[in-house]
Amino acid sequence: MKFAASLAFAAAALMTTAAQAQVKVKIGVLTDMSSLYADDTGPGSVAAAKLAIADFNPEAHGMSVDLVVADHQNKPDIGSNIARQWFDVDGVDAIVDVPNSGVALAVSEVTREKNKVFLVSGAAIADLTGPKCSPNTIHWTYDTWMLAHSTAGALVKTGGDTWFFLTSDYAFGHALERDATAVVLASGGKVLGSVAHPLNNQDFSSFLLQAQQSKAKIIGLANAGGDTINSIKQGAEFGITAGGQHFAALLFYIADVNAVGLKLAQGLVLTETFYWDMNDATRAWTKRWQAERPGKFPNMNQAGVYSATLHYLKAVAALKSAADGKAVVNQMKAMPTDDPLFGKGSVRVDGRKIHPAYLFEVKSPEESKSPGDDYKLRATIPADEAFRPLKDGNCPLVASN
Amino acid sequence: MAIMTAAPAQWLRREADTSIIVAATIMVVFLIVAPFVLYPVFLEKALCFALFACAFNLLIGYVGLVSFGHALYFGWAGYLSAYAAKSWGLDPEFAVLTGTVTAAVLGVIAGGVAIRRQGIYFAMITLALAQMMYLVALRAKFTGGEDGIQAVPRGHLFGIFDLRNEMTMYAFVVVVVLAAFFLIYRIINSPFGEVLKAIRENELRAISLGYRTDRYKLVAFALSATLAGLAGAVKALVFQLASLTDVHWTMSGEVVLMTLVGGLGTIFGPIVGAFLIVALENYLAPLGQWVLVIQGAIFVACVLAFRRGIVGELASRLRVKL
Amino acid sequence: MFEILGVPSQALFGQLLLGLINGSFYALLSLGLAVIFGMLNIINFTHGAQYMMGAFVAFMLLQYLGINYWAALVIVPIIVGALGAVIERLFLKPIQRLDHLYGLILTFGLALIIEGLFRNYYGSTGQPYAIPDELQGGHNLGFMFLPNYRAWVIVFSLVICFATWFAIERTRLGSYLRAATENPTLVRAFGINVPRMVTLTYGFGVGLAALAGVMAAPIYNVSPQMGSDIIIVVFAVVVIGGMGSIMGAILTGFALGIVEGLTKVFFPEASNTVIFAIMIVVLLVRPAGLFGRSA
Repeated sequence: MKFAASLAFAAAALMTTAAQAQVKVKIGVLTDMSSLYADDTGPGSVAAAKLAIADFNPEAHGMSVDLVVADHQNKPDIGSNIARQWFDVDGVDAIVDVPNSGVALAVSEVTREKNKVFLVSGAAIADLTGPKCSPNTIHWTYDTWMLAHSTAGALVKTGGDTWFFLTSDYAFGHALERDATAVVLASGGKVLGSVAHPLNNQDFSSFLLQAQQSKAKIIGLANAGGDTINSIKQGAEFGITAGGQHFAALLFYIADVNAVGLKLAQGLVLTETFYWDMNDATRAWTKRWQAERPGKFPNMNQAGVYSATLHYLKAVAALKSAADGKAVVNQMKAMPTDDPLFGKGSVRVDGRKIHPAYLFEVKSPEESKSPGDDYKLRATIPADEAFRPLKDGNCPLVASN
Repeated sequence: MAIMTAAPAQWLRREADTSIIVAATIMVVFLIVAPFVLYPVFLEKALCFALFACAFNLLIGYVGLVSFGHALYFGWAGYLSAYAAKSWGLDPEFAVLTGTVTAAVLGVIAGGVAIRRQGIYFAMITLALAQMMYLVALRAKFTGGEDGIQAVPRGHLFGIFDLRNEMTMYAFVVVVVLAAFFLIYRIINSPFGEVLKAIRENELRAISLGYRTDRYKLVAFALSATLAGLAGAVKALVFQLASLTDVHWTMSGEVVLMTLVGGLGTIFGPIVGAFLIVALENYLAPLGQWVLVIQGAIFVACVLAFRRGIVGELASRLRVKL
Repeated sequence: MFEILGVPSQALFGQLLLGLINGSFYALLSLGLAVIFGMLNIINFTHGAQYMMGAFVAFMLLQYLGINYWAALVIVPIIVGALGAVIERLFLKPIQRLDHLYGLILTFGLALIIEGLFRNYYGSTGQPYAIPDELQGGHNLGFMFLPNYRAWVIVFSLVICFATWFAIERTRLGSYLRAATENPTLVRAFGINVPRMVTLTYGFGVGLAALAGVMAAPIYNVSPQMGSDIIIVVFAVVVIGGMGSIMGAILTGFALGIVEGLTKVFFPEASNTVIFAIMIVVLLVRPAGLFGRSA
C-alpha cells in the first residue's frame, strides 16, 4: 500500500503543476437495499442523495461529484468491509445513510481509522453521539433518545404507565429499549418486562403471547421496519388491542404505516423529523423524489440523506478539498445548516445535528383524503429540547467544563 | 466412504515432490508480488479462507470424514481472538493463540462426540453441534450477537510491529498461513498421514491391522479444527470484527464449496478454491444476490461433472501430484 | 389461573399451543423429507427452498392471478411437485450411484440457486399474504386467544400426515414404493417402472413441502430465507425420528414442537438449542432414530 501511495503522491504532484484541476468528491450510499429496512431507506435514500448532488450543482463550484451505492444486508461484517474497500481502493470520501445501528457502529470505526466522513441518517443508536462519538461522524436525522423522549414521553403522559418491551435483539433495539425505559421510569411508570426477538423475524406469536400475559397497558415496540409491521399485524391477529393493550411504535415510518394499513395503524403515535406534507417546500421536494420512486412517500431517513449530503458538499466547497475527513466535519459543524426539508439548524460539537421533532398521530381511514395523507401533527418539540443535552452524552469530544 | 479424490498412480510417486515444489514456488512468488498489485486486505481474506479450506480438506480429503459444521471452529476462534485482543488487551500473537486454543478444545470435544458415528450420521452430528454453537453465539453477551465484536485492535505484533500498517499485517498473515500449509503438508506425508489415508480407503482393514482408528480420527479432527481456528483467529484481526456470519451454517457450506471447487484431497486445491470463491464474491458483489445463485450453480456443476475440482483435474491431466 | 411449577398456566398452555402449531410445520416438512429419504435414499437439502417456493407460488398466484388460498392449497403442491420431478430427472438421477453426501451437496447447491433467485426479485424481507376471510378472527379460550387460522393449521396438518402415512403403509401403491426401496431389481422384474416411481415419489415429497409453504404463508410471511431458517431444524427432526420412518417423522415433528414450547416457558434461553441437543443424544445412543430401521 505504501508503494501505491507514493505513486499516487507523485501523480498528484505532477497534476498540481498542470492547470487548476477540479475538486473530485466521491460519495457512497451504504444502505439496506433488499431487507427489512429497504422501504424505509434503500433506493429512496439513493434518490435523495442524487437530488442533493443535483441541487448542489457541482460544476458551479468547480467540483465533480460521483455517487456509488452498496447493500450492507444488515450485516456488520459486510458493511464494514464495503466501507473499508470504498475508502482504501475506490476513493470514496464520505459514506451516507447506513440504517442498522450495528453496522453503523462498525462503519463509524472504519471511518475514524481512515479519516474520512460518515453521515449517519438511517441508524438510530444515540451512542453515536455519546460514548461512541467520533470526529469523523455526524449523526443526522434522529436517534433513540429523541424517539424515546418524544413518543414514550407522550404516551406516559396520557396514562400509559405500565410497559412491556418487544425488542429487536441488536444494538438499535437495546438502545431504544434502554432510552424508553429511562423515560418511563422517570415519569413514575413501571416496566413489567421485555423480550428480545431476532432481527428480521417473521413470527411474533410467542413474543406477543408473553406481552399479552404481562398485562402491561403499553407494548413498546423497540424495533423497526418489517419487524414493526409484523408485530402490529400479528398483534391484531391475536386480539391484542381488543384486549385493551396498546402498541407504542417507537420507530415507525410512513412506508410502514402503509404496509400495516390505516385500519390497523390508526391512532398510533410516532415521531419523525420530517413529513412530506408539512409545507410547500417539502411537498415540492417530494414530487421531485417521487420521479424516482413513484407511488411512494419519503420519510425522515431519506430527507436526512438529502440534507446531510447537501451540507457536506457545501463544506467541501468551502475547504476546496474532501481529503481530510476531520477538517470537513469541523467545517460542517462550523457552518449553520439550511435546506428546504429541515429548515435552519446546526451540527453540535458531539456530531449531533439539531432540528425540531414532530409528534404525529396516524389518521383513520376516513380522515385520510389521498394516498400518503397519513399523519396529523400532535406536537412540535423545539430543536433545543428534542435531543439529549450535550452534557449528558459522555462523548469524549465534548470538553468537560 | 467413497468420496472421490485425485489419487495419483503408484509409479508417479517419484515425480510427486517435484510438481509440489514447483507449485509451492509459484504460490510463494505470487504472494510476494501480489500485494503491490491487488488490494492487500482482499489477499489477507483469501489466505485466511485458504487455510480454513486446507484444514477442512485434511478431514475430508485425507481421512474421508465430511464435516458440515466446520464454521464452529472458524467462527468461535474468531470470537475469542477478537475478545482477547479487545477486552483483555492481548498482543496479536496471544490473541491468535487464544482463538486457536479455543478451536482446539472445541475440536476435541466435538470430535469426541462425532467420531462415534460414521458417514451421514457423522455429518449430521457436526451440523447439529455447529448449529447449537451458532445459537449460543447469538444469545451470548460477549459475542455481541447481531452486532458482533467490533473495533478489535490489531495491536503491535510482539510489541514491536504495528499491524495497522497494511503491509506489516499482510506479512504476518502470509507467514502464519504458509507455516500452517507446511504443517499440513508434513502431516499428510508422515506415517500418521499414511494411516489416515488407510482409514479413508478401508477402515475395517486398518482396524484389523491393529490400528486404533478412533484415536487417529480424533487427532485428525482436532488438528483440522485447530487449523480452522487459526484461520478464523487471524481473520478476526484482519477485519477487526468477529460476527455471526463466521459461525453460521452457510459458512460451513462455503468451505465445502471452496474445497470441492479446488479439488478434494489435493494439496493446492483448497487454496485455489478459496482464492477463486473469495474473488468471485468480491468482484461480483455489485450483482447482489446473483452471487448466491452462482455459488449454487458451481456446487451443482461440480457434483455433476467436475468432481475432481480444478487442481484435481489439472493434476490428473498432467499426471502429477498436486 | 393456577400455576404449574411456578409458571402461570396461561403462559404454559399458550406456549404449548403455539408449540403444537410449529410442530405441525415440522411434521409436514419432515414427512416430505422422510418420504424422500426413506424411499429414495436422497438427502434433500432443497426441501427448505421447495417449502419457500410453495409459499411464493401461492403469493404469486394471489398477487398476479387473483387465485385464492383454497385453490392454492391444491394447485401449488402440483406445480412445485412437478418442478421437483424435473429436478429429480435432471440432477438427481445422474448421481444416484454416488455416495449420499454428493446428493446432499448437490441439493444444497440447488437450494442456494433457488433462494438466490427469489432474493434477487423480492428482496430478503417478507411479502404479505392475507389470512383467508373464512379463517379470520379467533376464539378466546380463557388461557389464550386462539386465532382460527392457527387452529386450522393444526387440524389440516394432522389430516395430511395421517393420509400420507396411510397411503404409504396401508395401500398397494405404498407397498410397491416400499418394495422398490428394498429391492429395485426384483420390483422391476415384476414390471413396475421403478425410475418413474422414484421420480413421482420425489415429486410427492416436494409437493408436501410446498403444501406446508402455502399453509405457512399467512402466518410466517413469504420470505426467501424462510426455507433456510427452518431446514436445519427439520433435518434434526428427521434424524431424531428416524431417517426412513414416516410415523417417526410425524410423531417427532409434533413432539418437538411441543418440547420447544415447553422450553420457552421453563428455560427460554435454551429453546432454540434443545432440539439439537436431543438430536445429538439420539445420534449417539440410537443412530437409527427413535422409530427408525437399523442403520
